[in-house]
Amino acid sequence: MPDDRSAFSLKALRRRPEMWLLAVILVVGTVFALAARDFLSLPNIIDLLETYSVQSIMAMGLFVVLVSGGIDISFAATASVAQYCAALIATQLGLPAPLVIVAGLLIGTALGCVNAALIHKMRITSIIATIAMMSISFSLLMYFSSGKSIYTLPDWWTDRIVFYQTETAVGDLVRITLPIVTMMVVALFTWAWMTRSSIGRQLYAMGGNPEAARRIGIGIGKLHFVAYGYLGFMAALAGLVQAHRVGESVPNAMYNTELAVLSAAVLGGASLTGGIGTVPGVLLGIVLLAMLQNGLNLLGVSSYFFQIVIGITILISTSITVLSSRRGRRHRIIAEAPGNG
Amino acid sequence: MADETPFLRLTGISKRFGGVKALDGIDWDVKRGEIHCLVGENGCGKSTLIKAVVGVHAPSSGTIEIDGADVPVLDPARAKALGIQVIFQDLSLFPNLSVAENIAIENHLEHALKPVRKERLRGVARDVLRRLNFDLDLSTIVSDLSVAERQIVAIARGLAAQARLIFMDEPTASLTRAEVNRLLAIVSRLKADGIAVVFVSHRLDEVVEIAERVTVMRDGRKVGTWPVAEVDQKRIAHLMTGLDIDHSIVARDMGDAPELLHVEKLSRRGEFADIDFTLHQGEVLGIIGLLGSGRTELALTLFGMHRADAGAITLDGKPLRLSSNRDAVEAGIAYVSEDRLGLGVILPQSIGDNIILAVMKQLAGRFGLIATKSRQKLADDWVKRLSIKVAGTDRPVQTLSGGNQQRVVLAKWLATRPKVLILDSPTVGVDIKNKQGIYEVVAELARQGVGVILISDEVSEVFATCDRVLHMRSGRIIGAEVPGQVSEHEMEERIYA
Repeated sequence: MPDDRSAFSLKALRRRPEMWLLAVILVVGTVFALAARDFLSLPNIIDLLETYSVQSIMAMGLFVVLVSGGIDISFAATASVAQYCAALIATQLGLPAPLVIVAGLLIGTALGCVNAALIHKMRITSIIATIAMMSISFSLLMYFSSGKSIYTLPDWWTDRIVFYQTETAVGDLVRITLPIVTMMVVALFTWAWMTRSSIGRQLYAMGGNPEAARRIGIGIGKLHFVAYGYLGFMAALAGLVQAHRVGESVPNAMYNTELAVLSAAVLGGASLTGGIGTVPGVLLGIVLLAMLQNGLNLLGVSSYFFQIVIGITILISTSITVLSSRRGRRHRIIAEAPGNG
Repeated sequence: MADETPFLRLTGISKRFGGVKALDGIDWDVKRGEIHCLVGENGCGKSTLIKAVVGVHAPSSGTIEIDGADVPVLDPARAKALGIQVIFQDLSLFPNLSVAENIAIENHLEHALKPVRKERLRGVARDVLRRLNFDLDLSTIVSDLSVAERQIVAIARGLAAQARLIFMDEPTASLTRAEVNRLLAIVSRLKADGIAVVFVSHRLDEVVEIAERVTVMRDGRKVGTWPVAEVDQKRIAHLMTGLDIDHSIVARDMGDAPELLHVEKLSRRGEFADIDFTLHQGEVLGIIGLLGSGRTELALTLFGMHRADAGAITLDGKPLRLSSNRDAVEAGIAYVSEDRLGLGVILPQSIGDNIILAVMKQLAGRFGLIATKSRQKLADDWVKRLSIKVAGTDRPVQTLSGGNQQRVVLAKWLATRPKVLILDSPTVGVDIKNKQGIYEVVAELARQGVGVILISDEVSEVFATCDRVLHMRSGRIIGAEVPGQVSEHEMEERIYA
């Protein structure tokens, strides 16, 4: 969070998009809970958490890039490449688990650093650089893999790891699994890192005013590598977790998730112009998207309709933010009048 | 005094950019705890000089001594470590961060992996603000502060970084008189702490008011340094430009001229309310108000960019309904924006293309195509009439100097043959010589019967060019004056009060 705002005033509340989001989530949740009986059941909620853990991990990385004032479209492709390469290493070379995991994460981080180099050294706009990188790395992956999936992942990778399990009154099994725990650790770390470390605060500063950051001596170049490298790392981690969940590596399994993750981050109040956004906000953004998708699913609505709802939700929520800030600006001139009229 | 070594001493500093000599053999010093003013027209080398001192541009020759010791290599980090801080005109704050974090931002630079302790940041910020005797809520986000408060934050940040010399670049450009006074009080507090302050300013009255010494620069050279008691505003202006600027009053009584534009009870919620005024043919009407007084918002509404919530506009006796600026252009209203670079011209495009931008429809022949010849003729014509110094009308606008760019914008709107011309702060960032040129254009237009509305925050500007002056504050017109019937000083008192 940008600071500790102690004043619990209405004004402070209005400025925080998370609060809007929480309200919307409560409303949507109530509607779905009334319409679809299963929606609020514990198994469904846990299932949702696990399903969206992969996107949440990516979102944590993307959040850091957004705060730094950049954008990255290539992370889903990065995740696919890192996952597939790790799968190849595991199946073809038969290397042990730690080496495979480290290799996968390194590949992701390296791809992220390539983005940073293009953006910082070559001065290519981040959206252009990462769109190009997305095309290149995803196409290379499809070319060399011929689109073939790897089904023979080693057991250490695909075996379920359950941290806690319990049975509900009606006999459903509820399990807290590795993806959920990974997501929580990542979210907690990202939150602490961005709010409580110098680097995190430097990233916020750079996103807020890059020129001023440069002037006071913040290493802009270094921070680019940190932000995009972090996202690359998180993408690779998400890729590994995704393969763990589904038990195979499908080259195009995560294709197209980048827009959903980006939408969630924007919904959660991360500004595309940089410097603004919080971890809880981004997580709430994902919660809302997950709820919409799952709720509409339970109601038997077509998945195309879900895409429409996402689009509309994003338009409405960003419009509200813009409108309320515009109103705030407009009121200022006369509000500052020293008692005339 | 016990210690007579100046804090900063420059000897023979020169700086070349390619073939251009931006600084030419500057000898200059700043004493400890001194308030020093650095003045000069745009492009005289003031900012290059600052950049040389803070290590952004290494000088081509000459020496810099700090505290009596020669500093051969000066880079930004080293300059900061030696206690030199610059408060840029844009303040370089982080709008998304809190007051405390902005002030103590340097704490984040010490060690990348060190955890941030909020209490420590707040402690640093609180101490510094106490030294300045200024009260600000530490957790407010900086984008919620007024410009004056932001300035305090910027000064506090310099103090927190152990500044011993602070450069302030145009610190008063958007402050009210009361805010300026508060700033000056803070500056004298800094002086008491032994911190030297160098003001870079173009408002000459302030220079005389606060500084102990004044240094004037012109064309990359130092004209000289004087104790402030030995020079007055007029002398400084003369030293800056080498010209004697005549500030004679031109106000004429235009009450008998036919009414051109009549505005009645014009209001727009949150921006301005109950605006009434009449503009006559050939009249120059000044609207003076500080930044944020609603003056620009009013102009945008008169130009049809924003819609009024209430009130009526009459042009030539006919009611005017504006739903877009295209309506305004068609009715004969032209507007030259405050931010000429951002809004007025398309920088990479040619001078000719910019001039014809607003009249393309009239120029277009069959199939909506524009004949090169008619375009050329129009552009050449305006370049000549406004004496814009160009190498050719096909050159991009960005190759022109600021004053000439301003004239291109003027030409663009004059080509529409307007009845009413709204000029919003037309001389911001234009130096004294070019200002004079713009005033001459305004006077010429008025002689041709165009009604001119001149929006400005400089009293001397409206005083010397307008027939009548409306005073705007907090979205309302709170007074009307005629230059000459009140003195410039009286007018200033009212505006900045």
